[in-house]
Amino acid sequence: MRTVTDVVCPFCGTLCDDLEVDVEDDGKLCATRNACVIGDNKFMTAQAPDRHTHPRMRKGGELVECSTDEAINKAAEILVNAKHPLYYGWSSTHCEAQEAGMGLAEDTGGTMDNTSTVCHGPSILAIHTVGIPSCTLGEIINRADTVLYWGCNPVHAHPRHMSRYSLYKRGFFTERGKSDRTEIVVDVRRTETAQKADIYLQPEQGRDYELMNALRVAFRGEPLPDSVAGIPRSDIEKVAQTLKEGRFGIIFFGMGLTMTRGKHRNIDIAISLTQDLNKYTKFLIMAMRGHYNVAGADHVSLWECGYPYAVDFSRGFPRYNPGESSATDVLRHKEADAALIIAADPGAHFPIDMVRTLASIPLIAIDPHVTPTTEIATVHIPSAMVGIEDEGTAYRMDNVPIRMRKVVEPPEGVLTDKEVIERIHKRVNELMGTEVPEVRAVETPPVEVPTMSAFDGILQRAT
Amino acid sequence: MVLLGRKVSRRMTSSDNVLTANLITGRTVEQGVAIEGFKDKQEYVDAAGLIHIDPSDFKILNVWPGSNVLVKSQYGEGEVIVKALRSPYGPHPGIVFIPMGPWANQIVNPDTDTTGMPSFKGIAVTISPAPGQKVLDAITLIKTTTNGGVEV
Repeated sequence: MRTVTDVVCPFCGTLCDDLEVDVEDDGKLCATRNACVIGDNKFMTAQAPDRHTHPRMRKGGELVECSTDEAINKAAEILVNAKHPLYYGWSSTHCEAQEAGMGLAEDTGGTMDNTSTVCHGPSILAIHTVGIPSCTLGEIINRADTVLYWGCNPVHAHPRHMSRYSLYKRGFFTERGKSDRTEIVVDVRRTETAQKADIYLQPEQGRDYELMNALRVAFRGEPLPDSVAGIPRSDIEKVAQTLKEGRFGIIFFGMGLTMTRGKHRNIDIAISLTQDLNKYTKFLIMAMRGHYNVAGADHVSLWECGYPYAVDFSRGFPRYNPGESSATDVLRHKEADAALIIAADPGAHFPIDMVRTLASIPLIAIDPHVTPTTEIATVHIPSAMVGIEDEGTAYRMDNVPIRMRKVVEPPEGVLTDKEVIERIHKRVNELMGTEVPEVRAVETPPVEVPTMSAFDGILQRAT
Repeated sequence: MVLLGRKVSRRMTSSDNVLTANLITGRTVEQGVAIEGFKDKQEYVDAAGLIHIDPSDFKILNVWPGSNVLVKSQYGEGEVIVKALRSPYGPHPGIVFIPMGPWANQIVNPDTDTTGMPSFKGIAVTISPAPGQKVLDAITLIKTTTNGGVEV
């Protein structure tokens, strides 16, 4: 048995990079250390005996196994015959596969979108409007003494976020960890995150915008009504004073703001509130990104075509108009006549109206597991799991790139996400009579990931 | 309390055990575990085919925790059967929670308000007892409420 150290967890945007994974001599994953319950489960189910290792194609109303070449050929035919294919997902795979996908979407005149659309897409729209004062999580470890969670529940969604970065971790100016920090939680339900907070506010659902504006009024000492969003004036003034008195504050926000009425306007006002606080102290704000590489999907899209998500190539050049070119709206308005879904599961996580469209068009699903999306697909191609069976780059929620490690070999015959996309692209070009640009075939050199022991000397010198 | 831009009472009740509430959806750690390799299994149903209801609202609904209930909205499929559980995060009377997943997405508001983001939180729903009705598994549910996929 061998132990692989400094493994990066491929689940949430916290992207914990301190996992240890025990692997049997025959390549079987047998235990993890340091992972949360979700991360541990992801590793432990990766080699489940019922995992599909062969592609499947719909024949006679049922998905039946077929060869990889057959599945790749059928996928390419679907994309070539489509007028406006949709490419959606990308957030649970590495940047190298995302880059390959951008080329495929461009060459076939499709819409390219990632899960930001149903995650922090509204946050991106707000950032376009008012900018964002943010930082890396390392700054939070060392400096933050006031931590405000608004509309997020890291105990459930990012289980190690508080212990690794935001609350319990001891840093340079926060030597006593939690004792040196004030935790404030705003949530409509008294979740576990809220139950242990120093201050908890329970606003009426959908009234976050009003409450944040009330805080901005309170900062300036101007009069407030008796209550706003169900919160008494005295509590609002108390929280405003606590936020102003901190030396270094951070707001973490989640789907409680982006999915609620107001959407991008909620984030707009949260960022404006942060900017207001900088008149009194140092304050920053950060989105709690969900998928482990959803931030990377935005970055790849940005550097490839200038826009972070919801990019429409149908006119031969990239157009960006979330609300029209986002996957949700494209499906709702029945504007896609084929779809390729990779590293996401809209079948489970899109409203049923949009799933009905997905089920009524030729659908290619690339996913290691059986999901509602794969079961309504025309072609299902199982792929290797990034971070377990394939290495590549992912971006943490604070936009820090981290190299994902490969721990074990994928099952025999199972291709990586990048290989699947490149093989489909190659076949698409053959069918269209064009050639794959050479620039996309450049091999990246292997990256040596230093172990923590390599930093020991540096740390000792620093102290 | 404001629901979808109109004033409604905090809790509306009627004599036939119908609870009117405001639905929010989102991640739970149990749902996070179940989506990695269990989406076609009972574990996913147990993790996400449920609704958290405030203990005080159970009195209006007049069912035992653990019973199946019918949740209706004006969106999507319009209704879904889920298991009603006592919310551990109360008190939040009038607010109900279904973990993100195919059950919640049968009844969420698909309108993106031209932002790309559907309204996954803040949906007006009614909840009523559904004795004898079964919570479908994720794959059956999706195949039942769509045409099940096309062949090319």
